[in-house]
Formats: sequence, structure tokens, C-alpha cells
Amino acid sequence: MTSPEIKFSSDKTTLTCFLSGSWTTQKLASVITQISSSKNSNEAGVDNAVRVFDLKAVEIMDTAGALYFLQYKEGIEGTGGKTSLKSVPKHVRQILDTVQKHRIKECPPENSLVGLKKLLTDTGESFFKTITQVQELVAFLGLVLVAFARQMTNPKRIRWTPLVAQMEQIGIHALPIVGLISFLIGVVLAFQGAGQLERFGAQIFTINLVAVGVLREMGILLTAIIVAGRSGSAFTAQLGTMKVNEEIDAMRTIGLDPIDVLVLPRILGLMLVLPLLTFYADIMGILGGAAMTMLTLDLSFYQYIRYLQDAASLGDFWVGIIKAPIFAFIIALIGCHEGLQVSRSAESVGRQTTRSVVEAIFFVIVLDALLSILFSVMGI
Amino acid sequence: MPTAIKSKDFVISLKGIRNQFGDHILHDHLDLDIRKGEVLGVVGGSGTGKSVLMRTIIGLNQKAAGSIKILKQDVDQVSQAELRALRQRMGVLFQDGALFSSLTVSQNIEAVINEHTKLPKQFVREIAALKIVLAGLPIEAGDKYPSELSGGMRKRAGIARALALDPDILFLDEPTAGLDPIGAAQFDALIAKLQDTLGLTVVMITHDLDSLHAICNRIGVLLDKKIKVGTISELSKEPDPWIKEYFGGPRGRAATRSHA
Repeated sequence: MTSPEIKFSSDKTTLTCFLSGSWTTQKLASVITQISSSKNSNEAGVDNAVRVFDLKAVEIMDTAGALYFLQYKEGIEGTGGKTSLKSVPKHVRQILDTVQKHRIKECPPENSLVGLKKLLTDTGESFFKTITQVQELVAFLGLVLVAFARQMTNPKRIRWTPLVAQMEQIGIHALPIVGLISFLIGVVLAFQGAGQLERFGAQIFTINLVAVGVLREMGILLTAIIVAGRSGSAFTAQLGTMKVNEEIDAMRTIGLDPIDVLVLPRILGLMLVLPLLTFYADIMGILGGAAMTMLTLDLSFYQYIRYLQDAASLGDFWVGIIKAPIFAFIIALIGCHEGLQVSRSAESVGRQTTRSVVEAIFFVIVLDALLSILFSVMGI
Repeated sequence: MPTAIKSKDFVISLKGIRNQFGDHILHDHLDLDIRKGEVLGVVGGSGTGKSVLMRTIIGLNQKAAGSIKILKQDVDQVSQAELRALRQRMGVLFQDGALFSSLTVSQNIEAVINEHTKLPKQFVREIAALKIVLAGLPIEAGDKYPSELSGGMRKRAGIARALALDPDILFLDEPTAGLDPIGAAQFDALIAKLQDTLGLTVVMITHDLDSLHAICNRIGVLLDKKIKVGTISELSKEPDPWIKEYFGGPRGRAATRSHA
């Protein structure tokens, strides 16, 4: 296949343009450059001449080639020039006719906004989107609470099998990762604390730092974040996939309420399991702290436990644990809600899953901050 | 009913193709010649490997044995660059369009062209608009996302993308499945029109007996790990029970009557 070319030869009255080569999509770029650069030179002075296009030597012309040729021809006609075609091969004639019949004269420009206008539009859009999302989340909260009340007044409606299955999935399978991360955080807290407190000769207070830090904040916060990433995303993906497959619609038609069957077992399961996971995380965190303290302070494990009893009160423990069911409720609520928001495309499952994790972690941390303020005002 | 094209100008030649998955042999010693400018319908029972055969020709499935010649070039003997060039001369419509969901219809087409050429942006957009109209879609559909289109429109958009680089050979995987009879007939007409005006060679997997009658020059039946090719009237005389049942069953007879 040879490159497309256009050659000009002129006499007094006509300018003949010889087209040759393959006018195909892949090769077209060269002839476009040729024509746009020749516009100023070759054609000067022959503006009023009749242009004859000789297409005899065209090997192949595809739709893109035909489109470009027609546009070029019309561009000349648009400035008052006269044109005509000469010795057009049959296959070229056919493609020219097809393209001429189907082309859009004025191709609508891509509707894209730029600059400040785009920024303002995007800001406005996302603002209203956020408002609708909050409204929808509140409406969903209402639905869940009503279904919850219904199940509590009539415990026969509780679905035990999915509940237990969810608890296994959320709880037992998360033990290794939660344990490891809590242990390491205990180690890090103890190490950093010992380094700073050494300057005051108050190294022994490292134990206070670890105990209070892990029990009140770190244990629950890290567990909640891990669970949001692990289980909140899983809720969204599971429900979202079911939504895409129309399983949720099928459920409704056979008289099953998806809130009863899918959402409540997940929310209840997480609310029951997260306090237990937090308790486990507390222990692992304190053990991590113990390992590091024993190394740096040269204490025995029993001495560590002895100091620990003075350092932390039962209140510290409860402050941490009491947050667990609240965070669990939020993580599960957002996970399920985002899952049910999935539209009927696989792409939106991914989008909603990301959003679910981000929202859940955001709400968990905001709520944790609010609760910290509340507890300190209450003097706990 | 279209008649068989007699030419010996083969755009695709398969010789001794074998496809197998583990111990399961799907095709064995399969030969097939596809003539330039014809519409070849491929039929066969479930599990006979219609899609696998198509994927083998396109190069998405590695054959176990045999040779494939596309436009007279053996795909095993050409360089990577030549293979890429050959691929560009084949367009494929997957079952549900397989459009990139994060791009609009127009961008789906533009992406293909931009990947392989250095044409001005506005001109590429105009080519895309032309393809959209050629595929029988309203021009407004160009700015829509695939999820906003109906099944039939998605297939048309898929055709438009398959035509992006003006291929010589167009592969269609069940183009009329899931369309209503009116939509299916319009789609048949579209394929026939494109085949005629753009001089395409079309290979379509289909179970739509009406499509077979309306637009296919020849039919290939996948049977006993091989493919048997002929016109409908030739195949109707075959003694094989599956072919007899296929064309002579109630649906086959109805389709024959309405296209007689």
C-alpha cells in the first residue's frame, strides 16, 4: 500500500488535482499535512480556476479518506471555487456516495466546559449530590430501624443462619490481621513513648501511655478501620453484585425483604462482633506494649502487669468498647446502603465500593473525635 | 436470499485447526475458507465451539495445531508489527457490544482511531460521527455512555467501533440475540447494507434462522469437530440428523417459507 498523495498541475483555466495511493485511515495523516502546507503556496493565484479532481490512481479509499476528500472539496467550493470529478473508479464512487449520504455536515462539538465555569459547575453538582446522598442515607437508616424494631418484637423473624455466617466472616476471619496490627501498634507506642519520656526520667509512664492509648483509642479505631476496609467493602460488593444480577429484585418478587434478609444480618452481625474484636485488639496491643517495655525498661512481665493495673482503669476499657457497636452500626449501614445504590453496571460496583470504604472511615474518625470531646466534657 | 459467491479469493483460510482445553478436543482437522465479500453464518449446537472458532481466527485463543491465513498471510509466520496491522483489518462486535464503559460512544470510536493514527482531533471526531450514523444511530447517541443505551443501540455502537479503522473483515458474535424481531430485522438490513457499501467480508455467529436466510451467502455448521459449509439449499440435503433437525424443524421450515 502506497501513501496517499495529491498532485497539482495547472493550465490557464483549470487546476487538475491528481489523487493517488491508498486514502485510508492509517495513512491519511501524511496527505493532511501535505494539503494544509500547500494551501499557501501551490494554489496561490489560481483561486478562480476550475478544479478537476482526477481519482483514477486511487488504489483504496475508505470512509475516513472519503470524508476528508469531501470536506476538502467543499472547503474549496465554500470559497467560491468550482470543482468537478474525473475518472472516478467504481469502488471509490461507491464509498464517496455512502459517506456523502451519511455524513453530518456540522459535527456538534464535544460538550465540555473549561476553566472557572467547569469548576463552579462541578462544585455545585457535587454539593447537591452530597445533599441527596445524606438524604438517602437518612431514609435508609429509617428503613433499617423499622425493620430492626419489627424483628425485635417478633424474634422469629431473625435470620440466624446468615447472622452466624456473617459473624464468622467478619469476626473470626479478621482475627489474624487485627491481632497483628494491634500488636505492632502497641510496640510502636511503647517504643516512641519510652524515647520521649526518658528525657524526664519518667520512662515507667510508658505503660500508662500504652494502656490508655490502646484501650481508649487505638484498639477500637484501628479495628474499626480494618473492618471498614475488609467487611464494609465486602458488604457493598456483595449487595452490589446481587443488584447487578437482579437477585435483589427477584428477592422482592418472591416476598422477601432484602433489608430483613441481607442488611439486618450484616448490621447485627457486625455490631455483635466488633466489640469482641476490639477486646481482642486491646489485649494484643497491650501485649505488644509489654514486649517493647520489657525490652527497653528491663521489666519482667509480672511487673508490667502490676504497673498496668495502676495505669489503666476499667473506665478506660469501657470508653473504648462502648464505641464499638456505634462504629459497627455506621460501617455496616454505609456498606449496605452503598451496595444497594449500585446501578445495573459492573463498573458502578467498583465505584460504590470505594465510596463505601471512604465514607465509613470518614464517619468513624469524625464520630471518634466527637465522642472524645463528649467524654472529656463528661469527665470520663 | 443471497446466493453463494463463487470467487476463489479467500480472505481467511483455516487448515487443520485443532482447539483443545485439557483433554477436551473442540475442533480437530478443521478446514475453512472464507471468500472475499461474502457473509458467512456460523451455526452449531451449544458447546460445539462457535465462539472459540471466532476467537481463534481473531487471535484471542491460541490454537493447538493447524495454520491460519488472513488476507493471504500466515499468522504464525508474520512479525509482531505485521500481525498488529492484520488485526487492524478485522473488526469485532462482541455479544453485548463490549464498549468501554468509562467512555462515551464517540470516545470509544475516537480512542481506536487515535491509537493508530495521528489525525487532527476535530477530524477524528467527524470520522466517529460518520461511523455512528453509518451504524444507524442518531448523532446524539455519540455523547452518551454505554450504560445509557438500550441493548440494540449498544450493539449498533459496537458495530460503529468495530468499523472505526475501516476493516476488511467484520466478525459478529450473535448480533441479533436479545433483539426484538423488528430490531433484529433492522440489524440484518444494517449488516447487509454495510457489507454492500463498504465491501466487507462478514463472519457472523448466529442462531437467528431469519438472519441466515436474509443475509448469509453461505452457512458453516460446526459438527463433529469440523465445519461443513454450504448454502442453505445445499445443507438441507445433508443426511446428518442435526442439520436435518436444524433446517427441517418447525422453526427452520417457517423461516424457509417466509424467505422463499
